[in-house]
Amino acid sequence: MSNEELKAKLSELIPTATFEEGGEWTTLLIEPKALMEVMPLMRNDVAFNMDYLFCLTAVDWKTHITMVYHLTSTTYRHNLVIKSKLDKSKPEIETVCLIWRSAEFLEREVYELFGVNFINHPDLRLLILPDGWEGKNPLLKDFDDPINMIKL
Amino acid sequence: MVEEIGTTQDGDLIINVGPQHPATHGVLHLVITLHGETIKKVEPHLGYIHRSIEKMCESLTYRQFIYVTSRMDYLSSHINNHGCALLVERAMQIEVPARAQVIRVLMDELTRIASHELWWGAMAMDLGAFTPFFHAFREREMINEIMEDTCGARLTMNYMVPGGVQEDIHPDFVRKVKEFIALFKRKVDEYDEMVTDNIIFRKRMENVGVISAADAISYGLSGPSLRGSGVSCDVRKYYPYDVYNQVQFEEIIETGGDSLARYMVRIREMKQSISIIEQLLDGIPDGDFCAKTKAVIKLPKGEFYQRVETARGELGIYVVSEGATTPYRIKFRSPGFSNLSALDHMARGSKIGDLVAMMGTLDLVIPDIDR
Amino acid sequence: MWSISKIASLVHEWLSNTFSATWVTVFEMVIAGVLVISLFAVLGLILVMMERKVSAWIQIRLGPNRVGPKGMFQSAADTVKLLVKEGMTPNGADKLLFNVAPFLAIVVSMLLMAPLAFAKDFTLWDINIGVLYVSAISSVSVISILMAGWASNNKYSLMGAMRSGAQIVSYELSAGLSIMAIVVLTGSLNFNDIILSQADGWWIFKGHLPIWIAFIVFLIAVTAETNRAPFDLAEAESELTAGFHTEYSGMKFALFFLAEYVNVFIVCAIGATLFLGGWMPFHIGHWDGFNHIMDFIPSSLWFFGKTFFLIFLIMWFRWSFPRLRIDQLLNLEWKYLLPISMVNILLVTAMAILKWHF
Repeated sequence: MSNEELKAKLSELIPTATFEEGGEWTTLLIEPKALMEVMPLMRNDVAFNMDYLFCLTAVDWKTHITMVYHLTSTTYRHNLVIKSKLDKSKPEIETVCLIWRSAEFLEREVYELFGVNFINHPDLRLLILPDGWEGKNPLLKDFDDPINMIKL
Repeated sequence: MVEEIGTTQDGDLIINVGPQHPATHGVLHLVITLHGETIKKVEPHLGYIHRSIEKMCESLTYRQFIYVTSRMDYLSSHINNHGCALLVERAMQIEVPARAQVIRVLMDELTRIASHELWWGAMAMDLGAFTPFFHAFREREMINEIMEDTCGARLTMNYMVPGGVQEDIHPDFVRKVKEFIALFKRKVDEYDEMVTDNIIFRKRMENVGVISAADAISYGLSGPSLRGSGVSCDVRKYYPYDVYNQVQFEEIIETGGDSLARYMVRIREMKQSISIIEQLLDGIPDGDFCAKTKAVIKLPKGEFYQRVETARGELGIYVVSEGATTPYRIKFRSPGFSNLSALDHMARGSKIGDLVAMMGTLDLVIPDIDR
Repeated sequence: MWSISKIASLVHEWLSNTFSATWVTVFEMVIAGVLVISLFAVLGLILVMMERKVSAWIQIRLGPNRVGPKGMFQSAADTVKLLVKEGMTPNGADKLLFNVAPFLAIVVSMLLMAPLAFAKDFTLWDINIGVLYVSAISSVSVISILMAGWASNNKYSLMGAMRSGAQIVSYELSAGLSIMAIVVLTGSLNFNDIILSQADGWWIFKGHLPIWIAFIVFLIAVTAETNRAPFDLAEAESELTAGFHTEYSGMKFALFFLAEYVNVFIVCAIGATLFLGGWMPFHIGHWDGFNHIMDFIPSSLWFFGKTFFLIFLIMWFRWSFPRLRIDQLLNLEWKYLLPISMVNILLVTAMAILKWHF
């Protein structure tokens, strides 16, 4: 499906859907609470069949954190971006690793770098950071390390 | 869907493979739960070589950040650079001269061959045969010399820039590549004789680390590892960049899903890369090697995603731009990270000797996983 | 004609004329001991050098070429390095077993040298059950590996030792059965008798197909027994870092290393003795003229030539084959090699009874 077709189909299925402009692919903006309604639909609906989660990340917008899910389908080859805004003070969202197994590691990475808590994640532990890491999550904009230079 | 994470019983042995271990080829740390010789669980611990490249890039300009990406997957640094250059060009709508496009694809394919050669030698060494390593390095050395002539570097090339390439190719480039191809065509067959047709190798790889197509997709495998499970996923075919849509090549797909299938994909891919190089080598167009670009690159506000096919799979570069000279947020979707996540699924129930075959055929490069 | 046996008898004569009988025995024992130890050291140096040069040749490189002419003193330099290194004993290790294990390994290899016939009439201990003695003693070497693996208090070592135990115990069977093939044909367990029975041709030429099968099975089994690639699972470095000798350093490690190489020499010497005639020159039936010409080459040269040829074969295996997996290793022995050698020994027995061999 092309971007326009995707958009039309999505707004038909999810009446509350809002879209974001500016990217090359259709970008669907959803509430964190609606995640577990939208994601299984994307994965299981034959028209979408988004079986490949190729990128999962977060962006720190200072006021809020945005989760970004990049989905594609190995049958139709269409791409879709799903975004969800999280509260900065208590970032929390349902895990998608029961739908796409690749999310397990990607979410662990986001968990330690952004401090996003993934509800129902089977194994939410530190992956990259050393055990017993205390302090801020490194990829947040207000993180500053006086010892190790990470800003050039 | 996620089964109970293996519990330890009496008689289970927990061993640390890595961070310093001969088979991990870098500072990968795997905590393995064993029952006798049988693997119950593999748990990767990362971060030993994490350089926080994503954070670093937030303070680097769009010209500078390309050089950092060479350090991610150091075996396909050309292709990493290529992806970054493509992203900036697409965002800025820079027209790349035809000559630069051809040179880039030539470099990419040479890199792919060099990377697969190193993988082939290292994998054979993991399985206990030392000799292939040296044979592979003989040919890889020729590629390194070709690269050195043109780029001045042998590993972290930093050759591709937004708009084209940094310097024109060395006058000897075409001659040396031709010499290399003539030799390499014979050597690939020798590789098959030495390793592929060896009965012990076959027995070590057949039905080892089997992953079904559905699981492979779910785990986000990409590149040769996914194609070994019978899923077509070549970025060069589906999202062609530069001159990939003008050359004829076959996307290699094997349906076995085991280590042997992944092995065969890479061996056959080397032959396809040779074919791509042969098609382009004689007709490198004349003209500029780099487009005229502004000194200061400012990406327009928005989001950009560029994918390229590295030797290990799909590298994705996701840039969120606020219209400044530096990216607001950058994310590298590295192929190795997702490939590693499938290791536990593959390894459960197999012998510890199989683990090295699996790690070998997933072609893990640790700086690519850790970034 | 110059030969080792002549020197030996000259020394014996001189000693007998100068000292009393008791002292002669004592001196001769001391001389034999010193000879064995120096042969041990020299063999270690030569074999390490040979391995490095052979591997370099197979791997299109030069190999050691800096120390001494063509790098010939490289292994001597390595020995010095290992001698001056600290021999560490890890915390929590069983100190006694840990330190005894390498010496046990070396003692076993030394004992194995006793019944070998290095040249015509030159054997340290000419016993009538040489073959039995060798198979009995060689199975003790597994104990040193198990001791080392257990005492190291290291999981890798333990796994390596367990693998090695399973491996040596299994392959002992095939090796024993293929040796039996020759014993059946000659009717003797004495190495010298076996060599003399090959005066009209080596068994490999006289014994038709069954002896070829026995020879190949023997080669595979002894490669496994000496823990050499493709059967080096006990020290599979990509899986178990270094297996049973992970925790060893300095001279204790060197002793394991030395024992491995000397074991390779010994099994090749046994193979050469049983199948290729030992020190017996290349003879063809009753071609007396030809046989006489061959006799001009000293018997020790024949012995070492054949042995080093077999050593070269085993090195060739090592540098061209990948390693087997533990279950494949045991399958190969119990499902293929053992049944084959059992049937083979029946064939050989039939051949011996019916006198089908030359």
